[in-house]
Amino acid sequence: MAQETHQVEHAHAEGGHASLRTYVIVGVILTIVTAIEVAISYIPALESVEVPLLLALSFGKFMLVVLFYMHLKFDSKIFSRVFYALTLLAALLVSGLLLFHVVLGEYRT
Amino acid sequence: MAQTDAHALHPPTSTGLNTWKLGFWVFLSSETLFFGSFISTYMVYKASSVVGPFPTDILDIPLTSISTFVLLMSSLAVVTGLDGIQKGNRKQALWGLAATILLGAGFLGFQAYEFTHFYHAGLTLQTNLFGSSFFILTGFHGAHVSIGIIWLFILFMDILRGPMVPAKHALQVEVAGLYWHFVDIVWIVIFTLIYLLA
Repeated sequence: MAQETHQVEHAHAEGGHASLRTYVIVGVILTIVTAIEVAISYIPALESVEVPLLLALSFGKFMLVVLFYMHLKFDSKIFSRVFYALTLLAALLVSGLLLFHVVLGEYRT
Repeated sequence: MAQTDAHALHPPTSTGLNTWKLGFWVFLSSETLFFGSFISTYMVYKASSVVGPFPTDILDIPLTSISTFVLLMSSLAVVTGLDGIQKGNRKQALWGLAATILLGAGFLGFQAYEFTHFYHAGLTLQTNLFGSSFFILTGFHGAHVSIGIIWLFILFMDILRGPMVPAKHALQVEVAGLYWHFVDIVWIVIFTLIYLLA
C-alpha cells in the first residue's frame, strides 16, 4: 500500500501537464513576441538597446517552450536540474568563446 | 489495461522516474552543447569573411520570420496531439501529429528555398567563413528537424493503423515531442543570434 502511494506520488511528480487552453495561450504569446522581435530589428531608434532587448525576448520564448511545452514546470525537478545545468554550460561556452574572440581581436589591433 | 501498459513501460526505478525520459533529457542537454559549439563558431567567424556575400547582404528576415512562425506552431500542434492522446481522443491526436509533420515539412521547404537562393547568390559551404559556419549550423538543425518528422510520422502511422493505447502512446509522443520542442528552442536562439542580430 505504502509502495503504491509512493509510486502514485512519483507518477504525479513526473507526469503533470498544462491544459490545451494554456498551450494555445503560450502559442499566441510566442507569435506576438516573435512579431515584436522582428519589429525591433527594423526600428532604427532602438538600435542602441536592440541586442539586450532581443536577447531578453528570445530568452523569454525559450523559457515558455521549456516550461510549458516541454512540461518542466510540472515535471520532476531532476529533469530541470539536468537540462538547466548543461544549458548554462552551453551558454557559458558561447559567451566565453565570444569574449575570448573580442579580447583577442583587441590584442591584435 | 492502461495501468498494466504503463507499468510494463515503466517498471519501478530507484528514482521513481521513467528512465527513458530521464535518459532523453540527458541526451537533449548534451545537444545544447552540440549546438552551442556551432553557434559560437558561427558568431566568431561570421565577421571574419574576406570575400562576400556577407550576412547583411543575404539574410532574409521576413522569410525566416514566417518559417520561425511555422516551427513555433508545429510545437503547439505536437502538444495538441499529446493532449488528445492523454484524453483518449484519437482524432485530436492524429490531427495534432499530422499538423506537426506538415508544419515541420513546411519549415524544411523554407530552408530548402533559402539554401537554393543563397547558392544562386554565390554563397556555398566553400565561399567564405560565414558560408561554412552558416550552412553547418542551419544544416545540422535541418537534419534534426528531418529526424523529428520521421519519428513523428512513425508514431502517427502506429496510432492510425492500430488501436490507440494512451499509456503507451502518450509516453512515446511526449518523448518525441521533447525532441521536437528542443529543435524549436534551438531555432529560437538561431533566429535571434543569426538573423535578427546579423
